[in-house]
Amino acid sequence: MLPILQIGPVAIQMPGLILLAGVWVAVSLTDREAPRYSMKASTLSNMILIGLVVGILSSRVWYAIRFLDIYLDNPLSLFSLNPTTLAPLEGSLTGLAAAAYYGYRKGLPLWPTLDVLTPGLAALGLAVGFAHLASGDAFGAETSLPWAIELWGARRHPTQIYEVLTAGFIFWLIWEIRYKTPAPGFLFLTWVALSALSRLVIEAFRGDSIIVLDSLRSAQFSSLVVLTVALIGMHVLVRAHTQQSHETSG
Amino acid sequence: MSKLSSVVRDPIRWGAIVVGVLILGTIWIGISQVPASATSSGAIPSPREGFAAPNFTLETLDGEAVTLSDLRGKAVVINLWASWCPPCRAEMPALQAAYEADRDRGLEIVAVNMTYQDSEQDARRFVEDFGLAFTIPLDREGTVARQYFLRALPSTFFVGPEGVIEKVVIGGPMSEATIRSTVSEMLTELP
Repeated sequence: MLPILQIGPVAIQMPGLILLAGVWVAVSLTDREAPRYSMKASTLSNMILIGLVVGILSSRVWYAIRFLDIYLDNPLSLFSLNPTTLAPLEGSLTGLAAAAYYGYRKGLPLWPTLDVLTPGLAALGLAVGFAHLASGDAFGAETSLPWAIELWGARRHPTQIYEVLTAGFIFWLIWEIRYKTPAPGFLFLTWVALSALSRLVIEAFRGDSIIVLDSLRSAQFSSLVVLTVALIGMHVLVRAHTQQSHETSG
Repeated sequence: MSKLSSVVRDPIRWGAIVVGVLILGTIWIGISQVPASATSSGAIPSPREGFAAPNFTLETLDGEAVTLSDLRGKAVVINLWASWCPPCRAEMPALQAAYEADRDRGLEIVAVNMTYQDSEQDARRFVEDFGLAFTIPLDREGTVARQYFLRALPSTFFVGPEGVIEKVVIGGPMSEATIRSTVSEMLTELP
């Protein structure tokens, strides 16, 4: 665990730095893959940039709206660099909507665009795992297993390491099959299904789960729903693509 | 891939896989259920969100003793600072403004001076310069620095009325809005 790297007077937040590196790798991979899908790398980079910038800025604005009186008293605080005063969910949705609108205006096809973004998303998933490892977030439940790690006052499952290993495997698999999929969108839904499966399994070892109905972990419910929808989606995509291919060839 | 493609395309075989995944997933969720208390970390003292704020007793600049656990039932901001630290200087006026705004609603600010790497004289001058009205304990032995895994100054821990850390801000300076918005959320939990 290395949440802060102190270099002289400068305190570098390692999780943030790792995530930033993950975004850079994701954008680089997308740039590299774009020509394979006959897409312009610059259009995709702009879409990612718009999504990120709108996402971050709107995240602060949504947070400020929640505490409107305080921010009206101190409007300059809107520009604070503090990452804890953000509304991540609302910001992410706004950023996604902005990126989707840009893609729509540029005429980017939905499923091939998601496919071209998928290796980058898988790399970002790996970066999230490493960021959790640095910060100690997403920590495990207490255990006496020999590979337990001492964290937050107890010996725990090293769930961050489980996360890095599964994210690494998912990235490798996505990279290997990226040009061999049976239909546009299949690669993206494969990544969604594998990520949901990984969360479904690893959540069982987490020590910070949100519990619903007295004893059930809510993240496992949502993961199972996402996994099922992704599997059904894969079937629908492949059937539609096959049908379309038959019609075209016929 | 053509074999996978034919499996995915076949509604019977793929449907069986989806149902199988659903059944196995449901069994796994059942196996991994735990009582709500098992994942609640609030009882373990550790300097991170969701955990109990490590308790301490220190002497203040005024020579009185302050114990963190005595402040249960209030919204508490623990700020670790030193007089030589520029971002600490920059955020102190914001802490004082937040204290003036919300002290009557149950806010306590415990600004622990890292005396073991500062000097009591400089700390006193700093407090006078900024006209700080809140509690200033002195960490002469570095005990609180160790308990709170101090890695950068300033570090701030927002502790709710149950003694559980609700937000951690490493580094600074924090704006007044950052402090007041977080405090505002904690104050809503007060009885």
